[in-house]
Amino acid sequence: PATMPTLSVKRSRLNAALGRTYTDAEFDELCFEYGIELDDVTSEREEYLKSLPPGATPRRADLESKSEEVVYKIDLPANRYDLLCIEGLSRALRIFIGADAAAPTIRKVAGPHVMVVDSASTSTVRPYVVCAVLRGMKFDRTVYESFIDLQDQLHRNLCRNRTLVAIGTHDLGAVDATGPLRYDAQAPGGVRFVPLTHPDGTSFAADALLEHYATDPACKHLKPYVPIIRDSPLYPVVSDAAGSVLSLPPIINGHMSRITLDTSDVLIECTATDLTKANVVLDTVVCMFSGYCRDPFVVETVEVRYEGSDAPADVPGNSMITPALSTRTLEASVSTIASVVGVPSLTAEDVVRLCNKVQLSPASAEGDTLTCTVGPVRSDVLHPIDVAEDIGIAYGFNNIERKVPKTCTVGGEVGIGRLGDLLREEISRAGYTEVLTHGLTSLADNYTSLLRPVGTDAVSLSNPANIEYEVVRTTLLPGLLKTLQHNRSASFAHGMKLFEISDVVLRDDQHVVCDTVVGARNVRRICAVYSGPTAGFEIVHGLVDRIMTLCEVGPEEEYVATSNDEEGKFRVAREGWSYIIKEAEAEGEGGTDCRSYFPGRGAVVMLTNPTLGKRKVIGHFGALHPEILENFTVGYPTSAMEMDLEVLL
Amino acid sequence: MQMGFMEMPTNKWVESSFWNFDSLFQPQSHPARDAHDTFFIKDPMFTKSVPEDYYERVKTMHEKGGSGSIGYRYNFKKEDAYKNLLRTHTTAVSSQMLYKLANQEGGFKPQRYFSIDRVFRNETMDATHLCEFHQVEGLVADYNLSLGDLIGTIETFFNKIGITQLRFKPAFNPYTEPSMEIFGYHPDLKTWTEIGNSGMFRPEMLRPMGLPENVRVIAWGLSLERPTMIKYRIKNIRDLFGHKVEMGRTRTAPVCRFDHSE
Repeated sequence: PATMPTLSVKRSRLNAALGRTYTDAEFDELCFEYGIELDDVTSEREEYLKSLPPGATPRRADLESKSEEVVYKIDLPANRYDLLCIEGLSRALRIFIGADAAAPTIRKVAGPHVMVVDSASTSTVRPYVVCAVLRGMKFDRTVYESFIDLQDQLHRNLCRNRTLVAIGTHDLGAVDATGPLRYDAQAPGGVRFVPLTHPDGTSFAADALLEHYATDPACKHLKPYVPIIRDSPLYPVVSDAAGSVLSLPPIINGHMSRITLDTSDVLIECTATDLTKANVVLDTVVCMFSGYCRDPFVVETVEVRYEGSDAPADVPGNSMITPALSTRTLEASVSTIASVVGVPSLTAEDVVRLCNKVQLSPASAEGDTLTCTVGPVRSDVLHPIDVAEDIGIAYGFNNIERKVPKTCTVGGEVGIGRLGDLLREEISRAGYTEVLTHGLTSLADNYTSLLRPVGTDAVSLSNPANIEYEVVRTTLLPGLLKTLQHNRSASFAHGMKLFEISDVVLRDDQHVVCDTVVGARNVRRICAVYSGPTAGFEIVHGLVDRIMTLCEVGPEEEYVATSNDEEGKFRVAREGWSYIIKEAEAEGEGGTDCRSYFPGRGAVVMLTNPTLGKRKVIGHFGALHPEILENFTVGYPTSAMEMDLEVLL
Repeated sequence: MQMGFMEMPTNKWVESSFWNFDSLFQPQSHPARDAHDTFFIKDPMFTKSVPEDYYERVKTMHEKGGSGSIGYRYNFKKEDAYKNLLRTHTTAVSSQMLYKLANQEGGFKPQRYFSIDRVFRNETMDATHLCEFHQVEGLVADYNLSLGDLIGTIETFFNKIGITQLRFKPAFNPYTEPSMEIFGYHPDLKTWTEIGNSGMFRPEMLRPMGLPENVRVIAWGLSLERPTMIKYRIKNIRDLFGHKVEMGRTRTAPVCRFDHSE
């Protein structure tokens, strides 16, 4: 699915991190058990070859510059942010396979730095910021790339393309931190700095910079983020004690504080419109990379202090010490877990042992109560049920004994579905071929090509994929006509008969379903066409009569009197139900739909029943106007019928 | 139906975001709620009304949690809940059925439901994808159901359509926990392939409806087009659904059987 994040890792690096060498098949199996997917086994060179247009010959120099090292592409669940880098993935897998007992606990050390927030300005555009400092980081090329990649992954997923949270990382050694750092929002013209994209030293004012990113092809990777703040009167700015710009969230960092392979102390700042997510993002980066610090797994906290009016309500006392690295204990019932997973024999000891496999440790159990630890890498755990799932995964889903729910229930079909299915059988017996056509259509196909005025009864889309699919159909006829059009090379000599029983959708502000009014309702219809050497008006007429007979609706006296009805004495009819056919008039009860029929060759079907009352129009039929046949490129005279089905229930 | 499942009335293509997403505990910031994936309605743009009390309980669950959950802790917006869309899954109807089951006269009683109907997604169209397709969905609501029950029900269902070897893989859906992807050994393809998705609906979805604490709901779903295309060796979905289907194919189609004697 489009929302599944993918991590690319070198196979050799992964095996080294896991502490053993897996074959591709073995690793695939491990992924299956854990709940991730080995989507592709490839290499830089293979990816390059795949990216070439078909038939193109790669240049030898280009080819040889691409590595042949095997790369795994692993699909990850959308709610596990800790797996988005090799550091987190290998940690999780090592614990799962038993190579490690538990994840390292990150220790917080109070740091001297303060981030002062001017809440009056930031509250208008991007109210939150959380920060952390990692001391003595050792960056080599691999670690550096992993560090950047994790930020990209988080930006794409949890941060919703930087709209919710944006991460800025800085070389603290290049920052003036002799006084408080500052986060505020300023008038775009007044913010000047050299951005990361311009190592040549060109400085820009923020508004000019956004224009540049919106238009310059070399910076097109930044263009999607421009709209996030472009129209705001104030742009968010992170600056140091001397007032130098560190970053312009969520767009770009400054060149001055850029991270290089020589960087030792790192400042991380996450600005956001959602505090919960900002904390998850910062905690994830810290948990994944503090292992590279001089003091491994130690992070230095920063005080975030709101000054001025409009401080957010969810920052108690207008101050926070970040990163939060929130850890909580969660209690769950062992017997409930065993019941959910479906392994009644699971004991408290089993459950504790399984918790340790899935990063929910430390865990302990007293009687029926399990107490486990939900640390900062497990922001996906919202409820004890999340623990139950992880226990199930650790136990192995495919080890669970199959059962079937014991309670007996009675099955059945929805009434209108059953009626439709019964009619399908009968109509097919009459020689009609069934079709299944699209619910989305164009205004032309739904109205004007049928010689009907564009109505206000159709549901229209805000974001149609293209003009062919801009409204939801209010009639089944275009689908049938387009099917005739597509099959025009088939034989029509004996008449082509098609039908469809399906829904149309009409605007309706009164229709209630489950105490909800959305403003539209589905209507089940039957629609059929006959196309052949003659128009076949009497054939579709016959179909209407046949449907009524099948549904136990008798013809009115007036109607019977005009036709040859020998079998009438056998017909079964429901008390109070009857129907009649009347010629469609120009501005008659058939409405504008009957304009599709050749004048004098259209008719309306009127039903009388106890709920509807007397003679309500429920459908129509007739010989289609030749202009319609031209519009749909149908080469033979054609008749059609369309009728509501729910009224016949 | 042979397994005691009652059909759900799914004749409702236009849905509110509330039933399609929020009632399922899918957060308002979820990428599937993007215009890239979902068709939003221009007219009628907004839902007129939803059940008031239930709406408040759903909102609270998203914002603050409850019934053992810490919730999502974000600001739940009414405008987002009231945005009309073309339903992206029939689970929107399943949600309504469970709500009705919880609030019916006499209270909750165990039930099995199924549906087979159309859904709409704003996906990139290619040989195997259109913006409309059909989903098959089944659910069982009963006391103390387990993953074992879910696996057993799924196996019974797939056995009936000719797939007898199954494996289950941990997965993630916003509205089910645990979640499992269903893999089957396909007799025609002679390979293992993903054949469906399944899970147990989250308590955050069930409790605001008023379903009792020990009632669990297991559910599974699959697309209708994909297994059909595999069984009949159809390469392009347009050969199966829509006005470009060849009448010749329809006229020569065999009766659908899964019980060949070979």
